[in-house]
Amino acid sequence: MTTTQSTATPTTQKLGIATAIAVIFLVLSGLIFSAEDVVQGSTVRMMYVHVPSIWVAYLAFGLTALCSAVYVSNRSRSLIWDRFAGASAEIGVLFVAISLVTGSLWGRLTWGTFWVWDARLTSTAFLFITYIGYLAVRRLGGTFSQRARRSAIMALLAVLEIPLVHFSVNLWRTLHQKASIADPNAKVQLDGFMLFTLFWGLVSFSMLFAWLLIHRQRLMALEDAVQDQGLDRAIQERRTEAGR
Amino acid sequence: MTSRMQTVRRVSLAVVRKDLRIEWSSKVLLNQVAPFSLVIMIMFAFALDNEGILQRVAPGLVWLATLFSMLVIVQRSFAVETADGALDALRVAGTEPLGIFIGKSLALMVQLLALELMLLAIALVLYAVEPTAMGYAETFATMLIATIGLGFVGTLYGGLGAGARGRETLLPLLLLPAVAPVLIGATRATEAAFGSGGAQSSEGWPWIGLLAVFAGVFGAVGALAFGPMIEE
Amino acid sequence: METVVELSGVVAVLSNFPALAGIDLVVHRGEIVLLHGPNGAGKTSVLRVCAGLLPIERGEGSVMGVNLRTHRESVREQVGLLGHSNGLYLELTVTQNVSFWASTVGATAQEVALAMQRMKIDGRLAHVKASQLSAGQRRRCALASLIVRRASLWLLDEPHAGLDTAGQDELDAILQSAVSSGATVVLASHETQRSRLLATRVIKVDGGLISGSES
Repeated sequence: MTTTQSTATPTTQKLGIATAIAVIFLVLSGLIFSAEDVVQGSTVRMMYVHVPSIWVAYLAFGLTALCSAVYVSNRSRSLIWDRFAGASAEIGVLFVAISLVTGSLWGRLTWGTFWVWDARLTSTAFLFITYIGYLAVRRLGGTFSQRARRSAIMALLAVLEIPLVHFSVNLWRTLHQKASIADPNAKVQLDGFMLFTLFWGLVSFSMLFAWLLIHRQRLMALEDAVQDQGLDRAIQERRTEAGR
Repeated sequence: MTSRMQTVRRVSLAVVRKDLRIEWSSKVLLNQVAPFSLVIMIMFAFALDNEGILQRVAPGLVWLATLFSMLVIVQRSFAVETADGALDALRVAGTEPLGIFIGKSLALMVQLLALELMLLAIALVLYAVEPTAMGYAETFATMLIATIGLGFVGTLYGGLGAGARGRETLLPLLLLPAVAPVLIGATRATEAAFGSGGAQSSEGWPWIGLLAVFAGVFGAVGALAFGPMIEE
Repeated sequence: METVVELSGVVAVLSNFPALAGIDLVVHRGEIVLLHGPNGAGKTSVLRVCAGLLPIERGEGSVMGVNLRTHRESVREQVGLLGHSNGLYLELTVTQNVSFWASTVGATAQEVALAMQRMKIDGRLAHVKASQLSAGQRRRCALASLIVRRASLWLLDEPHAGLDTAGQDELDAILQSAVSSGATVVLASHETQRSRLLATRVIKVDGGLISGSES
């Protein structure tokens, strides 16, 4: 006796269509309409994916921290804040991964190496690992409120760790800075349309983030509800077995 | 001193004394962890196979060995609590979690310091490092302040791992990224102290400042978060 | 009579399994309540819920006026739980273990000596490491720690297990005297004969529910 339930509502459908259009426009702008870079040629087009990805990642993690803080401070401890925190972190990890991969490819195309130990890349890799740890802690089990409290603490710890590491790494790398700045997008001259495309990338990726977030949060609510139903069934079974 | 502070103080002292007494009685640090870290230092030499390089990276190796050994020490610190449900019993008794946190952190700091001093001695011998007098002072300052931070953060994450089954394996994943600032700061400060790679002794002190910030942050956070962390 | 424990419709979960499927229980001050029932019935879970260790998933509960849903950590200072494990530090001696517990609550050395005396673990045993004690001796050590902590609500899980007859007699005497100084006792036990004599009320737990009560 299974019912299928969709996480879509009219709002998300409209958002989804708008996002799809925005992303298509981004792709067209990025690949076709915008100009090549004077120095990098066509490889600069990576920027239109790489930069928005890392932007979304920071947005996502910021939201995770915010929702965790709200959960902890809110007296009613409504679980929806915890679900948003978790969903946001998942999407954040995805986008950090995308940004690391695209950044790595971009570096390879521009500078010939997949990776350099500059401040930004190192901090980003660290960000990735920290949130993988956060997701691992979310999966530890227990009641929903236990999970929520543990995860909230982890998220707030991450918020403290990230700037500390960022600062340490920055300090470290600026002291050892090689002559070339290893960030491919540091030397790109952006003309009007390229700048617009970059901003459009931020906008469309943010819409994508919002769409994914809403769906993921609803999916989590459904997963939790299924678990609850499972609990109801288990309670029933336990009671009938006792009656025997 | 308010009554809560008195309780915290009392519990902290009881816990630190208890932890150090257990270590004194079982000598795990001496018999197992110290040889383990010695082995790590030797294996570094096998892997790096170049005396010039070893001397240059000796500070990094000392701190890496410290961090890997810390994983073992933290796991041990909480294994004694979970072996017969002692931490559970402490929780049930409503024993002031802040006191437990401070007590276990202090005990961890003492053990780590002992280990680090040993590793320093080994590095001096195996890696042919020769610091000046100022260098020694800087090294000890670095060790002291870094260890304070490590004690706090190790106890905090160790507490998370102590709860239920299957959590102990999370400890390396959570703890090592968290101590990255200590690794960076302590290594740079020690390099300055040893004069590795031409580093000046004065370059180390800002890093020691960073280590102090780390210690302060995790001391504060641990004080607040430890109680909820050891909950089931 | 003051209510020490009040549980209504309590559901508690252990890894998605409903250990308690809707428990209603009221315990008054000065009672010695025996919980008995088959393995897996949920007796241990009832004790852990009362100790504020196991969170309540559904229903309401309070211990000594403290709401278990919102403030279960605060319950604990007045509660002493003796579970299946003894809460001992295996590398420390009996005296060191009991003294540790004493020092967390500020009890004096005399209280430690008294507790150890009552549980007959002073003398030769005092300086033996916990890892070298027999099961019964460890139990007595754990009970001594409980005594020294001066709890108002004693929650005991199979406290007679591993004790010889003399030890069991002594335990019963200690529980009686704790109750007469104002404490309340809830114990889960298989030793139904002995415990029935001791208890003021007997409750059967089965399948996560209360299925019977007698005085």
